[in-house]
Amino acid sequence: MTNLALIKKIEESGLTGRGGGSFSVAKKWQLVKKNLKGNNPGYIIINGAEGEPEVKKDGYLLAQETESVIAGVYYAFLYLGKKNVKAIYFYLNPIYFKKYRARIEKVLKNSLYKELAKKVIFYKKSEESGYIGGEESVVINIISGKKAQPNQRPPFPVEIGLFEKPTLINNVETFYNIALIATGVYDNKRLYTLAGACRHKGVYNLPATMSIADVLQATDNYPDFPFFVIAGGGVCGEVLDENQLLAGVEGSGLIMIFDHRQTDYDKLLNYWLRFYKNQSCGLCTPCREGSYRLHELAKEKKIKEEKFIDLLDNLEQSTFCALGSSLTYTVKSYLENIYFKYKKYD
Amino acid sequence: MQVIIDKKKIEAKKNETILAVAQRVGIDIPYLSFNPELRGKGGDRVALVEVKGESKLMSAETTKVREGMIIFTNSSKVQRFRRLNLELIFASHIEKCADCTLRFNCRLLELARLQQIKISEFSDRKALRKTYRFSTAVEIDGTQCIDCGNCIEACALQGINFLQFTGKGYQQELKPTNDKSRVCIHCGQCTNVCPVAAAQEQLEWPQVEKVLADKTKIVVAQFAPAARVSIGEEFGMKQGTDCTKKINTALKELGFAYSFDINFGADITTMIEAEELLQRLKNKKNLPLFTSCCPAWVTYAESYYPELLPHLTTARSPHIHSAGAIKTYFAKKKGLDRRQIKVVSIVPCTAKKQEAVRTELYYQKEPLVDYVLTVREFAFMLKKRQIDLARLKESETEPLFNDGSGAAAIYGASGGVMESALRTALFLNSTKEKKISNDFRLDFKELRLNKNIKEAEIMLGKRKLRLAVINGIANFHYILPHLNKYHYIEVMACPGGCLGGGGQPLPNTKEIKEARRKALYQIDKDKKIRRAHENKAMLTYYNWVKTNKLEAKLLHTKYFSRKRT
Repeated sequence: MTNLALIKKIEESGLTGRGGGSFSVAKKWQLVKKNLKGNNPGYIIINGAEGEPEVKKDGYLLAQETESVIAGVYYAFLYLGKKNVKAIYFYLNPIYFKKYRARIEKVLKNSLYKELAKKVIFYKKSEESGYIGGEESVVINIISGKKAQPNQRPPFPVEIGLFEKPTLINNVETFYNIALIATGVYDNKRLYTLAGACRHKGVYNLPATMSIADVLQATDNYPDFPFFVIAGGGVCGEVLDENQLLAGVEGSGLIMIFDHRQTDYDKLLNYWLRFYKNQSCGLCTPCREGSYRLHELAKEKKIKEEKFIDLLDNLEQSTFCALGSSLTYTVKSYLENIYFKYKKYD
Repeated sequence: MQVIIDKKKIEAKKNETILAVAQRVGIDIPYLSFNPELRGKGGDRVALVEVKGESKLMSAETTKVREGMIIFTNSSKVQRFRRLNLELIFASHIEKCADCTLRFNCRLLELARLQQIKISEFSDRKALRKTYRFSTAVEIDGTQCIDCGNCIEACALQGINFLQFTGKGYQQELKPTNDKSRVCIHCGQCTNVCPVAAAQEQLEWPQVEKVLADKTKIVVAQFAPAARVSIGEEFGMKQGTDCTKKINTALKELGFAYSFDINFGADITTMIEAEELLQRLKNKKNLPLFTSCCPAWVTYAESYYPELLPHLTTARSPHIHSAGAIKTYFAKKKGLDRRQIKVVSIVPCTAKKQEAVRTELYYQKEPLVDYVLTVREFAFMLKKRQIDLARLKESETEPLFNDGSGAAAIYGASGGVMESALRTALFLNSTKEKKISNDFRLDFKELRLNKNIKEAEIMLGKRKLRLAVINGIANFHYILPHLNKYHYIEVMACPGGCLGGGGQPLPNTKEIKEARRKALYQIDKDKKIRRAHENKAMLTYYNWVKTNKLEAKLLHTKYFSRKRT
């Protein structure tokens, strides 16, 4: 298959990045290729950080679909041009590094991947880099030996990435999908992780166009008790009530179910706020200071105060990177759809 | 390319940041930790702007302009979140305004006033943070730090890499590195870039105020070469104004009994160093000779390359010399009790605070310099007393000593110490006839260049001398493998030399340093006497020391390995 044919297929599939950012994959690949021109070799990074709480899809793929994931990487290698790729980093969280490295190495022994294998470097994500250690510019900084903090964008990694070189960084699931597209079996599915108070926890491969309600039905997980969900990721997602489930799932494909009868609404809010407070990288004021103040205010039960909303808006509007803004997304949807509706005040 | 800022069409260059474009055309975008000498970090989120088409606010410090960009610097959205971020920053900075030397030019207070923020909107959260003190010179007060990271970058630019962030989020804390082999050299470059005086000199002005009020003491002051051309900046004077004579008056107003000029001491250093250079060339021993009047360089050598210590000149640094002259010769001539005299040095340097307490420089078990003030501290003391330096009359230095030769003035600039020593060495090394003709080279422009490493060759008699000047300690390692090539090397830890020192008024930008530099060379040019050995008062003292056999106690010093592994 020619490069042109491949990129056309990817384009037609409408595939978007499965790491949470949902950027067009075809566009990203084309940009990297363009920037590699003129003897300016760069890098490929397979992002297996999977730092979003509860999400387990990349681990599932590394375990069950290792061949396809590697095939996807190989297509990228061919598309960018073997000579244009200096090294290929498998960036894995400590658990995946320990569990799946051998499995990946085994697949790489296939003679087809001889050239590819020579360029592969395994990189264990550090424990302390935490949640932000999966953000692409942070991944690049960590591999370069810098502090786990995001970079100003633009320039994007496609232009100035790892070691200042053009870099293709995609999520494990994205590479998996590339293999499906290239072999003509991609049928617009995505991986959903089902978690929380559900009967059949696990990872499911289902049409990307399904609504949350459909996914719950299809996996026989539709609760028979009053419930609500967080969809997208475990801390970065949209919190929706039972009657709001016709929307699709974005982000990392998580659906986590909460039982209204067993939820301590304040405790749940505090969990999210504490998570962000502890995971903020410390670079910018609205996130470092704001997440701390939000947690303090919540502990003092002052979430109805104007200040609380101000701080949330500030996270959405003025943070350095997208991580801080995602807290606003989660908390605001939670307050609006659940908290103020169900919380019984003493 | 063209951009539109606040509805005005503006020509911008590729790769310019929004802030740079706005500043160029006089549009004010408030900022806090941005420093033109450092990488824009955009972390404090104060310099926010709204860009049409972008869902989030952007940092003007880090966002580069694009063709046709439409920018709003003061929309209601910008105002709202800029104010909120300032309130959050205020709550992470414990205000110690009453005693803060930055009080009269504090950007944070200024922003609070202009943006009408509520200083106490949130409770202070850093009350229990530690203060890290580095010898007696520099400190970083964790209760005041606002996490901007400028000091870390300044320290890294010096090649010292002593500072780091540990932890993350709200637990992030600025600390000395865990790497025990790293040592702070007290250069104070971190204090030059801290927007909130969390990194600052260890203040001595409170003690100086106290001792000035003590009627049993005779408190005298002496000020450094590079202090006279920078202090005017603190009082709105033109950059590069020579304030020597106004400083004399200001010192009297503050209650100092006498005012002395460290330039006098610089001439002593030059004399000894020139003699030592000739001696070592003759004996072919311990070459290259290194200068040693920069105490940060001395600490650097002691900590990282103790094997080089025999190469450092044994001449004491200028303010130790002049203090020695004050406490011995001057005291005797004036019939004063040495133990009643307290010497206060006013310097552009933070490392001198550490140098002053080196016990090998003590005289009869007591320090020669009792207190060291930075130029910033001195300006603060004047402002506190509402003394406007710009309006003061001029007056002279204590006449028993003097304000030194032209060669002393250029001690404040990179290359100046070496140039001074060469002027005198050329003379001392010459024949009687030549001395009578007095036809010697005075200007060594190749040593004055604005470069990180300067190299030159000059003829000293029949010998060709190879010279190097290290301008900024980060450049030292470039020359380390080639030391044998040279006969004489000057090292200044701060870029630009003392005129860019860690105790200078802020900001300490390239343009301002250039104005100070020009002023120093102008002083040199205008002096009747431009060589140390022509300073008669200095020679009188020098000979007095020799007659009384006090050389070891007053003229020379020793160095010690402080290497950590």
